[in-house]
Amino acid sequence: MASNGNSLKSWFRQPGVLNALPASLFLIVGFAGPLLMVFGYSFMPPKTFSLLQAPTLENYYSVVSDSYYISFFWSLVLAAATVIILFFVTYPIAYGMAKIFGKWANLITVLIAVPLLISENIRLFGWVLVLLKNGIFDGSLQAVFGFSASGLLYTVPSIVLGLVYVYLPFMLFPLVIGISMVPDTLKEAASDLGASRWEVFREVELPLSMPGIMIGSILTFILSLGSLAESKILGGQTVVMIADDIESAFTFAQNWPKGSVLSVLLIALSGLIVFLLFRRIDLDRIIGRR
Amino acid sequence: MTEQSKSRLSRNLIVLWTVCVLAFLYVPMVAVVLASFSRARYFRFPVTRWTTQWYDKALESLSVRDLVWTSLSVATLVTIFSVLLAFMGALAFARYDWKGRKLYQRLVLLPIFFPQAVLGLALLLWFSALGITTSWHTAVFAHMIWIVPIVILIMSIQVYSFDPALEEAAYDLGATRLQVLREVTLPILAPGIISGGIFAFLLSWGNFPLSLFSTGADQTVPEWLYSKMVMGYTPMVPTLGSLTMSSAAILIFLLYIVWMIIKSRQSQT
Repeated sequence: MASNGNSLKSWFRQPGVLNALPASLFLIVGFAGPLLMVFGYSFMPPKTFSLLQAPTLENYYSVVSDSYYISFFWSLVLAAATVIILFFVTYPIAYGMAKIFGKWANLITVLIAVPLLISENIRLFGWVLVLLKNGIFDGSLQAVFGFSASGLLYTVPSIVLGLVYVYLPFMLFPLVIGISMVPDTLKEAASDLGASRWEVFREVELPLSMPGIMIGSILTFILSLGSLAESKILGGQTVVMIADDIESAFTFAQNWPKGSVLSVLLIALSGLIVFLLFRRIDLDRIIGRR
Repeated sequence: MTEQSKSRLSRNLIVLWTVCVLAFLYVPMVAVVLASFSRARYFRFPVTRWTTQWYDKALESLSVRDLVWTSLSVATLVTIFSVLLAFMGALAFARYDWKGRKLYQRLVLLPIFFPQAVLGLALLLWFSALGITTSWHTAVFAHMIWIVPIVILIMSIQVYSFDPALEEAAYDLGATRLQVLREVTLPILAPGIISGGIFAFLLSWGNFPLSLFSTGADQTVPEWLYSKMVMGYTPMVPTLGSLTMSSAAILIFLLYIVWMIIKSRQSQT
């Protein structure tokens, strides 16, 4: 026992542990605490506001029997569509940034990162102005060709457009890192041995840049899965995504236990995906490039 | 077609595609600025009559001043606290080798991947359970849950390239702990700290999902914009949007300068 106490003490004396302490404590209070509480509320009787009651599974049953699977389904479909579209949109750019653009890649990185620092609301509102009836797209069509394309806004494609637009950098940057981890010499060796361009891509480039592709895909998938603003601002009421349901359960319906159940299910889904990813990836190698 | 002209073609296509996508990224910003100069009460394109009256109105309005002041206060406090926490956090992330580091690296990044709206709601529950009335103070706390991990990540990139031998050399030469921090560690890591700080400020300044549930009766600029977008559109929406975008642009320009300094330093060594 005594030696155990001593080793714990010496573990605490390490500079790494001391430096990790403030941020860790902060996140325990501000992140782990609230999540545990949501977890606790998910077992409380519906429409109650206290944690001191007999736990019940009632909310889980009611969520499963209710029509919430529709919003889960929509969120999953929209997130999957976003990931697939983003992969094809960003792969050529990522390839260019890793292998072709040279010192221009820095400028392109800045140009792609800048919109991230501007409020998502403002950027989505910009798309509303573009897609609106008599907006920029519709107005230009009318002025040039004389026909109208109203009704673009508040549709499923406009939500996907918003998701693709907002999460593009989260797919692109991991891809750039992934592709730049593929050594050129390996590709040359493959083509010297008679591989076609397609074969080089499929057998060498794609497998070796997989860590970057995985991180990018999962990051964009999870962010889209939990997104709220895109479906609200660009989607109107066409499609209800799961974050929407969670928000209304907590706010309008004042049913904290039900909102908690939905949150727990969303968190479990995203958490499972992140966990599966992180188990297979070494962060030191990707961020520090050692 | 020869192999060479084929690869030149694909190269040109990649360049063309990149330019198109970059243009795509800036379409909504251009749209917002256009709308802010349009005289019409409801936006129509092509814009026929231009005006700067919405800017005059925005700059005179007292409620706009309140909104900007709230947003500024939140972002400033978030920046200060996040930089302090994340500086230590980044040293633990990338500088020191310790048992438990791999676990720490994974756990500390979790909030970045977390749906912000759900995090905001969970925090709302948390505050009410602890008996804390939400106001812009609680928004500072809420923003930091998401921003501290991001700043840790940004600073870590710089810390990874930091050579601990420099600190040891300073200790060997008789420097105290404080002197080493002030004369060696901080100056070398300064670019990472500054870019982390600017990121923290901008991400807080533009944040909506966390503010929505954590500001209580107070309102930040993105919250106001959202409430007006959903109901009661006024030309002040694009105007205030353009104003916040241009202030962000100035800060980003500063960030770019810091970044160039890092680059030129790296090429020197």
